[in-house]
Amino acid sequence: MTLCYAAFVRGNLAKAFELTNTQVFRRAPLPKSYTDYLGRKLFLFLLTVQGLGAFALITLGVILKKNGAAKNVIRPRIRQEISRAGVALLPMFFFVALALGFLVIGQTVSALAKVGAISYLGSTMVIVVVRELGPLLAAFLVLARVGTAHVIELGTARALGEVEALEALGIDPVHYLIVPRVIGMALGIFSLTVYLIIGALASGYLFAFLQDVPLTPGDYFKQIVESLSWLDFALLALKTMAFGFFIAIVTCYHGLAQPLRLEEVSRVAVRAVTQGVIVCVMIDALFIVLYLVT
Amino acid sequence: MSENLNLPAIEMRGVNVAAMRDASFTVVEKVNWSVAAGEFWVIAGQEHSGKSDLLMLVAGLMPPVAGSCILFGTDTKSFGEGELAERLRVGFVFQGGQLFNQLTIAENVALPLRYVKNLSPDAAAREVASLLELLELTPLADVTPANVAANWRQRAALARALILKPEILLLDNPLAGLGARHLQWWLRFLDQLSRGHEQFGGKPMTMVVTADDLSRFAGCQNARRKFALLRDKKFIPLGGWNEVEIVNDPIVKELLAVPVELTS
Repeated sequence: MTLCYAAFVRGNLAKAFELTNTQVFRRAPLPKSYTDYLGRKLFLFLLTVQGLGAFALITLGVILKKNGAAKNVIRPRIRQEISRAGVALLPMFFFVALALGFLVIGQTVSALAKVGAISYLGSTMVIVVVRELGPLLAAFLVLARVGTAHVIELGTARALGEVEALEALGIDPVHYLIVPRVIGMALGIFSLTVYLIIGALASGYLFAFLQDVPLTPGDYFKQIVESLSWLDFALLALKTMAFGFFIAIVTCYHGLAQPLRLEEVSRVAVRAVTQGVIVCVMIDALFIVLYLVT
Repeated sequence: MSENLNLPAIEMRGVNVAAMRDASFTVVEKVNWSVAAGEFWVIAGQEHSGKSDLLMLVAGLMPPVAGSCILFGTDTKSFGEGELAERLRVGFVFQGGQLFNQLTIAENVALPLRYVKNLSPDAAAREVASLLELLELTPLADVTPANVAANWRQRAALARALILKPEILLLDNPLAGLGARHLQWWLRFLDQLSRGHEQFGGKPMTMVVTADDLSRFAGCQNARRKFALLRDKKFIPLGGWNEVEIVNDPIVKELLAVPVELTS
């Protein structure tokens, strides 16, 4: 990690990622032995983890070290990324919130009412929507809509030599290209998750109301509020920002970190989305443990 | 500005240059080269002879495999965040421009100035407009690079490199594929920069230009202009234009586009 960072601060981004270059393994012919194949896969996985870790540390280092630097250039870019990963996705999220409420919450409310377990509604909603479904769904939707665009944009920029052009102009590529995307996506996913949860809970009640479930809006929202603790708010914020940070890291890493040819960009985009999903599930699992411990 | 006029602007001692795309492959070996302030060098070579890689190395974008490259007395190996000011004394024009496609021509030119000096678009506008006018790019200011012809993109890349008023200008094959009108403009403008342009302080700008067609420099009368050849991984200084014309090297003849004699 120290080597990677030292290489980066010398202003040579490409050098920093030579240490985690997986292209050699990916382009090598298939091994004959099955155990060799598994070994290669394991080695690739470890190299990817190392690369992602190094890239995350480098990005964090730049965020902290260059906080406030070139703010007249970087802040408009952050606003632009927040708009792209947040505001621009609002119509889609309202639709998804409506569908989620209609498909899941309305039916849950209705089923709980039928078996006389309506008093468990608040805790069920908090576990299903606030803790799990809302953040995870928001992360997957942003990954699909914005994460793929990150890989393609950065991969194309890398293939066309724009990263070298930035370095030649004295512009730090991580500061200019990555930091706005990371901050924008972290804040975007957090905000969208909040809207998604509120929208899904409201539309869910609307659906239950149409099914004549004997529950007043006051009772419904009172139960939910009583089931929420300060920890839910704190962990929701942490979890959604972690989703945003790591989705941006994974997609930007694949777009920027390794030299690409134009024809490789689409394949790398697919790999980045797969790894983005895996990273989100792993973060989610970590937060389940946190919920259980606390 | 350089304090010590006797100090070479660029000095290479026993430098081995790796390929930018593959650091394990050496493209030029044992380069010993010194460029005095104000000199104009033309580095000629065939495709894949390492011209672009040599320029990248001079700009401090990659380290030498062996030897040392010294810019204004500072080894480029030690270039880091702290030496950014030294690095910005070098301007770089990529072959093809490498402009940022999502920005307009004016935004492309303004970007380094705004980033390095932390300026708002309005604060940078006057300087950018003045440079665009000098390079006849004003009508294209609000157009994105994808909608501009390659000749003009190359000129916009020159404007972007000049906006920070560098002391050394490195140009990677800038004359490739230019039409006659643009070629004349480029030769005239580079000559003005080499002699000292009033918009850039009037001081002769040190320049290194790569080329795969030496005939485009035919008949230049600038005494400061020197030529070198990259061949078989070697850096071969040739001297002035008069020496280039009499060199009996088949590659130089080819780069000069001397008509070949066809056998029947």
